[in-house]
Amino acid sequence: MNRIGPRDMEEAQRLAVAEREALLRQEREFHQELHTELMFLNLGPSHPASHGTLRTFVALDGETIAAAVAEIGYLHRGFEKTTEHRTYNQVIPYTDRLNYVSAILNNIGFSKAVEKLMGIEITDRCKFIRVIVGELMRIVDHLVCNGTNIVDIGALSNFWYLYNQREKVYDILDKLTGARLTNSYTRIGGLARDFYPGCTDDILVALKDIERACVDTIKLVQKNRIFLDRTQDICVLSKEDAIAAGFTGPCLRATGVPYDVRKAHPYYYYDTFDWEVPVGSVGDTYDRIFVRFEEINQSCSIIRQAIEQLPGGPVNVEDKRVTLPPKNQTYQNIEGLINHFKIIFEGTKAPLGEVYDCTEAANGELGFYLVSDGSGFPYRNRCRPPCFMIFSAFPEMVEGHMIADAIATLGSLNIVAGELER
Amino acid sequence: MGLESFFGDSFFTTRIDAIINWGRMNSLFPMPYATACCGIEVMGMLSSVYDIARFGAEAVRFSPRQSDLLIVAGTVNYKQGVILKQFYEQMPEPKYVIAMGVCASSGGFYDNYCVVQGIDEIIPVDIYVGGCPPRPEAVLDAVIKIQEQRIKKQTVLEPTAAGTKIHLP
Amino acid sequence: MTERIEIENVTLAALQERFGDQILETHCFRGDATAIVAKEAIMAVLEFLRTDSRLDYCMLTDETAVDYLNYPQARRARFEVVYHLYSLSKNCRVRIKVPVSASDVLPSATRLWKTADWLEREIWDMFGLRFEGHPNLKRILTHHEFVGHALRKDYPVKRRQPLSSNDTLMDEMEKRLVAKGLK
Repeated sequence: MNRIGPRDMEEAQRLAVAEREALLRQEREFHQELHTELMFLNLGPSHPASHGTLRTFVALDGETIAAAVAEIGYLHRGFEKTTEHRTYNQVIPYTDRLNYVSAILNNIGFSKAVEKLMGIEITDRCKFIRVIVGELMRIVDHLVCNGTNIVDIGALSNFWYLYNQREKVYDILDKLTGARLTNSYTRIGGLARDFYPGCTDDILVALKDIERACVDTIKLVQKNRIFLDRTQDICVLSKEDAIAAGFTGPCLRATGVPYDVRKAHPYYYYDTFDWEVPVGSVGDTYDRIFVRFEEINQSCSIIRQAIEQLPGGPVNVEDKRVTLPPKNQTYQNIEGLINHFKIIFEGTKAPLGEVYDCTEAANGELGFYLVSDGSGFPYRNRCRPPCFMIFSAFPEMVEGHMIADAIATLGSLNIVAGELER
Repeated sequence: MGLESFFGDSFFTTRIDAIINWGRMNSLFPMPYATACCGIEVMGMLSSVYDIARFGAEAVRFSPRQSDLLIVAGTVNYKQGVILKQFYEQMPEPKYVIAMGVCASSGGFYDNYCVVQGIDEIIPVDIYVGGCPPRPEAVLDAVIKIQEQRIKKQTVLEPTAAGTKIHLP
Repeated sequence: MTERIEIENVTLAALQERFGDQILETHCFRGDATAIVAKEAIMAVLEFLRTDSRLDYCMLTDETAVDYLNYPQARRARFEVVYHLYSLSKNCRVRIKVPVSASDVLPSATRLWKTADWLEREIWDMFGLRFEGHPNLKRILTHHEFVGHALRKDYPVKRRQPLSSNDTLMDEMEKRLVAKGLK
């Protein structure tokens, strides 16, 4: 009996490759003789893999997308118009629902813009807490994005590994803010409440679980042939195209541009922490997924550093026009009562002018452009959503690829419809 | 008639309604029509910590033709409303609708030009769950109420008609 | 930080030097370099900002509009279209504003930045301002049977407009197929 040696294996492989090429050639010639028609199909707006209410109308040639057109607006909730009739603090719950997977990052973005408009400098403790909770929410967003992306590719166990860690973070946020998902944690000039005793210990325990879940997931997919075939070199976007399309965030960093608002325009002591910006090389789906995993690691490191350096002191700014008076003042003397009344009913008045301020949200540069007419209500409240620019490039990215690739890419772009359409 | 005494434990007798309702109740196929933030809580409810599988409703079907429980989770605006109506019409009877969250129940705090002020403007609703978003336990409670107060009381000849009030304790 | 302010001031100075009277006003409220430009010069200004090697504003981060109908201060026109530009290499930002009235038509910025495509569609949808040379100026956020422009100050917040049937998108698809040479 002959044993199969290495030379025989090489010969066998060469024959297999030649046979496969011959088959492909035959198939191509067969297709050229067939007259095929384009089929039109709607992917969305109510589709499990479309991650919300996104509609892509595609013209299919077999499984390949020949042309694609995107339509949005299925979750347009009138954020900009409605918030023109609310005080600045009342706008904060509306900002929660923009990128609802990482609600506090939106709160921070909006509060920072209003504080810039009003010229308020928040306390150091507030800055550190906003960094800690913001990075925690960024981790949750990336867990959800990668979890749902990998499940769309077909790997279900990772979904549970990554998703269950969210529940631990939600328990902490539940104790801290009162809500699991849409927290409304920040206020203009500070926060709704300070950390409860033991909060930082809970966060450190949760971080350990999150890191373990990420390691487990990466071990499962990193060398998996199917995963690599489905994500590498799929829907590649070059640096120049990404910049021209207005990409920011992990999708831009995956193409190789190291732009992160926290490094470019540092705020809240981000320039004093020791962390790096993960950058991809090719700009395909694989890069986008792994840039997010690496960002989770970097965020864990930032949270640990911030917890070590967390200063004491008040969380809210000592400014009567902005911060609500303590309850014993409100109930026991008339000045406190009137102060409380004015802040709630008329809002904190901002000076006449306009301001644009941005933060690094989970998807990219989340900007708020505020125009103030001197009252406590924003005259124009424009949210610059990072997903809007990213989704506008999606139809061109998927043309020429197959439907399954389109689904994998859509997951990797992390389009959150609440933010896309406000 | 004493059949059980004659045959022993090999048979049990029941009414057709009871056995069919038992089957329907414990194997609901939910269709999570998730548009916004409540969709994330639906996903949380389907995963292992809150586990809707305990109540038999774990097989989510994303096609309306294969499901019987429509969970509308999230804000529905006028553009989406047309699609919601199509979905409801494609579902076979008997079908149940849960309006999850305040946006689906009454428009939430989006009282403006584009949001439908409650999906009952478009489709009939069996149970409204308040909250923004409601905790997963609240939605599980809604599923249990549908099981006990709608499905258990159905008869084969008259499938459920939304309109009979669901009683809260 | 001071470098950024200097470069932004350099931007405003360069604009004023090159375009003179067409730059109607500049200010730096809260550190945001802003220039108000006359609408005849807007395309030239944007092109200059993008192509000049000292400035290199390669990214259009945002393009939006403001309706100054109820504003307490008098403004030059009812609307102002606002462009926010960012330079990756120089790490600085500038805001360009153009006063326009409801019937004015601005040239589209899509030939300089592809981002402007959907952003200008949103401005058309929400404010009713047209852009000349835009490939597909259609409503993007509200539905295709919507009448009026929602973010204008004279559109009441609660005026609801139900929809009867969704857009089939075949017209956009036809254009796309023609563009790709498949029809």
